[in-house]
Amino acid sequence: MLSILSYDFMQNALAAGILAGIACGVVGTYVVVKRMVFISGGVSHATFGGIGLAYLLGFNPMLGALLFAVAAALGMGVITRKTKLSEDTGIGVLWATGMALGVIFVGLASGYAPDLFSYLFGNILTVQRGELLMMLVLDGVIIATVLAFYKELLAVCFDEEFARVEGIPTARLQMVLLALIALTIVTVIRVVGIVLVIALLTIPPAIARQYTKSLSSMMRLAVAVSVSLSVCGIALSYLLNIASGATIILLSSAALLTVLLTRRVRAGRAAKNTG
Amino acid sequence: MRQHVSESTKAKDTHSTTVPAEVVNLREVSVDYDGVIALESVNLSVQENDFFGIIGPNGGGKSTLLKVILGLVSPQQGEVAVWGQPPLKSPRRVGYVPQHNSFDRDFPITVWNVVLMGRLSRAHMFRAYDRHDRENALEALRTVGMTDLRKRPIGSLSGGQQQRAFIARALVRDPSLLLLDEPMANVDSGTQEELYELLSELSHRMAIMMVSHDLSAISVYVDKIACLNRRLYYHGSKEIPAEDIEAAYGCPIELLAHGMPHRVLRRHD
Repeated sequence: MLSILSYDFMQNALAAGILAGIACGVVGTYVVVKRMVFISGGVSHATFGGIGLAYLLGFNPMLGALLFAVAAALGMGVITRKTKLSEDTGIGVLWATGMALGVIFVGLASGYAPDLFSYLFGNILTVQRGELLMMLVLDGVIIATVLAFYKELLAVCFDEEFARVEGIPTARLQMVLLALIALTIVTVIRVVGIVLVIALLTIPPAIARQYTKSLSSMMRLAVAVSVSLSVCGIALSYLLNIASGATIILLSSAALLTVLLTRRVRAGRAAKNTG
Repeated sequence: MRQHVSESTKAKDTHSTTVPAEVVNLREVSVDYDGVIALESVNLSVQENDFFGIIGPNGGGKSTLLKVILGLVSPQQGEVAVWGQPPLKSPRRVGYVPQHNSFDRDFPITVWNVVLMGRLSRAHMFRAYDRHDRENALEALRTVGMTDLRKRPIGSLSGGQQQRAFIARALVRDPSLLLLDEPMANVDSGTQEELYELLSELSHRMAIMMVSHDLSAISVYVDKIACLNRRLYYHGSKEIPAEDIEAAYGCPIELLAHGMPHRVLRRHD
């Protein structure tokens, strides 16, 4: 079993899983407590446009994804603030427009796009060193931002109006939060793909939420859960020779279900004992 | 900062021996949201140490009125002054207790972290809370009698305890005006009495304005009452003519709120 660690591709895969897990645990916690799952889905799908553009113009798809993710996230923030479009309508439009752009761009690009599928559903076994470096930098940016704005972001998530009364620039902090989501999505794309991103962004924090009572502890536990699920998922997918991204997600769903069921049984027992 | 505080308290003392200073002044204030009128020609004056209750039906503009005073909503017409300045430039602090349903009960946050939030400010960004912040937060928790519950998640507390935590958060910066939006919603009547005792005590230190849609939630502790339904009906005292309430609510209402016998007797000192 341990011998697989000697393969370069496996080392890269595990490193990618860990880096993605860190970003997901931290930013996913905000996504879950502030209920931004749908907007995350929209940003993630919109990045397909960037991947398509990269294919067409011949640059690294990850850069295209980064460009589109950040533009989509910030554009979302501006649109819902400045227009009368309701947020979920805006997200729906963004979601589909990004995908449509991607399809057109890929169609225009000459030749067959062999690893397109891996951007949609993830293929961690083809991660390159350069992409790992990019993920490492994104993780650094995410963690530094969260550390710098921790108490303000907490206030914006918990009670935005109060934060505004206290003089906190809440609109800008919302944008920071959206940008963090965009960076996280880019970090995770190689691991589970743009279609499955929401699961890795929400399941580990949802599990962590069951055992914690503060945002910072939820974040730490979510990072641990998400890194473990990624690593276990990669190992499992290698052993069973099945798709890595989908394996991570199914393992995560199973873990969440188990957690919820055991919590229920325990709560039921506790109620019986006291009652 | 410290010096500023002591100066302003001194100013407050000298004022209180003569004429009470005016904390809030609204003149002919009108607000509409995309053509829907929320406030219409509202005139209001709140003095320091007032305990001002405003009642009115849901959608009558009560929250908007508070937001105008806080500077969160700018009126299309009229003048707003808080301590003689525009709301956001008020020389003294305004504490705010939002409606209880404005936050998510499931949010993973302890009472302590909610109260500390009262120490946030633009100048404090990029800095962790320091000893001074923590001392202030502890002091505020002591004032509302919640020090024992500070490590509990806010969502696990009763409605009354949550309200106390939010009042503590507003008290952290020593406000000279405290605004409360429906503080008695989600609080049972026995606990309402306790909350009123607390607010009544606080009203010696600051002006308090609370709004409520519930006539019976405004008690004998309040010393001025106005009715608000887009327009503000106020006659400078605690007695409101039945016509005002009818005008505000748009239908006759049995007057059971004011002078309603209270089960808990008010303490005299």
